[in-house]
Amino acid sequence: MRTTLFRAAAVAAAVTLLAACGDGGSETPPASQEPTTAETTEAAGGATGSLTIWVDENRKPAVQAAVDIYNETNPDVTVELVQKNFEDIRADFLAQVPTGKGPDITIGAHDWLGALIADGVVEPLDLGEKVDEFETVATQAFTYDGQMYGLPYALETVAVVRNTALVDSTPDTWDDMIAMGKEAGTKYPFVINTNGTTGDAYTYYGLQTSFGAPVFVQNDDGSYTTDIGMGGDEGFAFADFLAENGMKGEGNFSTDWTYDVANEEFGKGNAPYTIAGPWAIQTYKDAGIDVAVDPIPSAGGETAAPFVGVQGFYLSSQSQNKLVANDFLVNYVATPDVIKALYDADPRLPAMTSVADEVAADPIVAGFLAASKNGAPMPSIPEMGDVWEYWNAAEASIISGSSSAKDAWTKMLADLDAKLG
Amino acid sequence: MSTEQSTTAVATGDGAPPPTRQRVRESHARGWSGHGAGFLAKLAIMALVNALGVLALWSAYLNGSWVIFGVLLALLVVADWVYFSKRPVPLKYLLPGLAFLVVFQLFTIGYTGYVALTNYGTGHNGSQQQAVDALLSQNEKKVPDSATYPLTIVEQDGELGFAIVEDGTAMVGTADDPLSEAGDATITDGRVTGVPGWEVVPKNDVLSDPALADEVLALRVPISDDAADGSIRTGDATIGSVYRSVLEYDGSAGTLTNTDTGVVYHATDEGQFVADDGTALPVGWRVFVGFENFTKAFTDDTYSGPLLRITVWTFVFAFFSVFVSFFVGLLLALVYNDPRVRGRKVLRTLFILPYAFPAFLSALLWKGMLSANPDYGIVNKLFFFGARIEWLDDPTLAKVSLILVNLWLSYPYWFLVCTGALQSLPDDVQEAARIDGAGVWRKFRSITMPLLLVSTAPLLIASFAFNFNNFTLIYMLTGGGPRFTDTSATLGHTDILISMVYQISGVAGGRADYGLAAALSIVIFVIIGVISALMFRRTRQLEEVS
Repeated sequence: MRTTLFRAAAVAAAVTLLAACGDGGSETPPASQEPTTAETTEAAGGATGSLTIWVDENRKPAVQAAVDIYNETNPDVTVELVQKNFEDIRADFLAQVPTGKGPDITIGAHDWLGALIADGVVEPLDLGEKVDEFETVATQAFTYDGQMYGLPYALETVAVVRNTALVDSTPDTWDDMIAMGKEAGTKYPFVINTNGTTGDAYTYYGLQTSFGAPVFVQNDDGSYTTDIGMGGDEGFAFADFLAENGMKGEGNFSTDWTYDVANEEFGKGNAPYTIAGPWAIQTYKDAGIDVAVDPIPSAGGETAAPFVGVQGFYLSSQSQNKLVANDFLVNYVATPDVIKALYDADPRLPAMTSVADEVAADPIVAGFLAASKNGAPMPSIPEMGDVWEYWNAAEASIISGSSSAKDAWTKMLADLDAKLG
Repeated sequence: MSTEQSTTAVATGDGAPPPTRQRVRESHARGWSGHGAGFLAKLAIMALVNALGVLALWSAYLNGSWVIFGVLLALLVVADWVYFSKRPVPLKYLLPGLAFLVVFQLFTIGYTGYVALTNYGTGHNGSQQQAVDALLSQNEKKVPDSATYPLTIVEQDGELGFAIVEDGTAMVGTADDPLSEAGDATITDGRVTGVPGWEVVPKNDVLSDPALADEVLALRVPISDDAADGSIRTGDATIGSVYRSVLEYDGSAGTLTNTDTGVVYHATDEGQFVADDGTALPVGWRVFVGFENFTKAFTDDTYSGPLLRITVWTFVFAFFSVFVSFFVGLLLALVYNDPRVRGRKVLRTLFILPYAFPAFLSALLWKGMLSANPDYGIVNKLFFFGARIEWLDDPTLAKVSLILVNLWLSYPYWFLVCTGALQSLPDDVQEAARIDGAGVWRKFRSITMPLLLVSTAPLLIASFAFNFNNFTLIYMLTGGGPRFTDTSATLGHTDILISMVYQISGVAGGRADYGLAAALSIVIFVIIGVISALMFRRTRQLEEVS
């Protein structure tokens, strides 16, 4: 999934960004705070044993903070943090767990879940009643076929980012937003990352769902079936919308825009609106632009629901220390103190409601949180991995005008049919 | 990847045998001679090697990695024998190289070959036992609306049990005795802290004792006499919920049965549990599939069509990359080798610059410069009057762009190599030719070029092999695009074999098929091996001529 990889690469930006827009960021990780868990009553002694946890560079301090809190009551558990590139974690976890060499716990994105399950490398996790303390979208994201498989801790999503010097609000509909964007008299009314000619269905997804064409049909409980939801009139209406706004139409979308180009145009004040994630905010601030964050307007009449990605901890199915690992995750990490410590060390939108409310004092964080409440979890079924390439390519070819909306969308549906069987 | 290394392996195998000259004087490392420095040095190095070897053996033993253990042991024994015995003199020089060859090259090739014969990939990731375990734990599901109970581990006569609190009442049960009320239990803070006749096992004891922890994890306490009601289990020894298993495993028959629907899933040779109606359970395991991956690469429509086109393009790309840049480099070298050119040193230094930048960075920069929109793409803006030329989005132009960018990246190398080679050519032959009345072209064709090729031909072959697998450039500049529009395969016009392997392996995040990817790697290995062997044979003939 290029999108995921790319966003992982943008993590560095996200760190600095939210560090800057967090409330001062002066709080040190609350290492001295007592964990408010049931275990404080029997804290004496503590467990022994060892845990190995895989983390990426950016989140190592965050997890270290959690480990410090844990080690206060369990000094005899040796927790080893192994730093890995985020892009490598998924493949390495899949390869190493069956050999017994993998970690007990790894950090990861929720959309890996389907593949991890098909390969049998993750273990269900029972959060008990603590489930209710998390945002619904976060627990849904880590639920697969009725079982919960990981501990969510942070959310991320895209929203409309607005240049407050050029426009004062974001209307509820696409047409109104473009109209306001044109009134602003800038070079473009709107820019968006299309990832060049590769296409970026991830960033465009909010607009697509507003036509009622989700990538996969969702069950009532929010879980995804393997039925493609992009066919039918709704899907083709969205494809037409892409063509109308594409390079041979209005020019509101362009395959010339990559992540960098879109950010540059927005940063120069050449467009009042863009759709971007929290990882891009620092770039705009560096460019000297004041921004506000609003939910994505509806282009097709329904609510625009962008993808919500959830970050969390997975438990290895071959772990030799499952009980300790479970204890660490459920009774220590899944507490407001530790989630807040994770936020302080690496500011992403917290998945725990109480902590999210606490940090929502920052209007930008609040904006992305509001957008995430509209959002839908990115599908975690293994089939999702097969969809991106076709989907991105179809959108890119429609936007560039190199093929007609109908042809490109029909071919995409046919290819997906063949691929998913 | 094994294929890149394999070229060197072939080259080594093809090289001339090392001379085994008899030494007149005995080596000073062999025995105590003079002040014995050589012998002591050898002793120290071998002590270090043995120490490291034993350390590695020990950790392999602890991890139960018996293959690694065996190979290490063999290597260590051979090393000691070679350096402390008087007989194997040539081996004393060759052993380090051979050891690295075995560890880093033969092993990788062998392992790639093994993977190519299996169905290793998404859904076939581990052993059958692991697949069964995973399926059982995935299908043991929390009963909907099950409450979460505060749970205490208790013990009676060596048998473990769970004590929970339900609506303020303490309940105790074991694997054999379903939960029943324990009247006189003490409850503190909503948690059972004591049951008459039972010993409470502190949570920390459970966490600290791996054997006990495993027992607790495996313990299922039925909530009633009817097994279908489900049983209590715990993951962290503090809370428990009611779970019910849908699948049942029969080890002797190798079947999994869905107790709800009665459907029986049989283990198949394909590495999956399949029911009679063809539905399969999601988790499979690795099995040996023979040459299926190879036949799939050549017969499956999704891959065979693109495979042919991609193979052809890989050859075209590697050939043009090498020869265009070689001739540009050679031309410049000839020009700047002429003593009449002023400021040769400064100019030569400038020519090396592209070579000094990391290739992936240059490729990324070029990607930006070749952008179709003249606002962002400086090439279109400066050289094509702002015309919109889709360098990277048109199949033909994308191929041309790749070769041109690769030319820019690699001509300095050939400039460097050719300059060096030209300066080492003997002047007398050239002079003799001039006296014989040969013109500039004739001299170049009959004397300079053949002599130059003797020293550069092996480099040309190596460069061909390198470009054959030049993943970085393709990945960074075009990503394989523009995509093929007439096939469902997610491949593109500028994909070369190695980027195709990467795409298929699913490392980027799609569904992985390591077996197929390994099979294609082997094919690439064979192609490069054969070409290199043939070319090196030609090179030897070249040397004989000179």
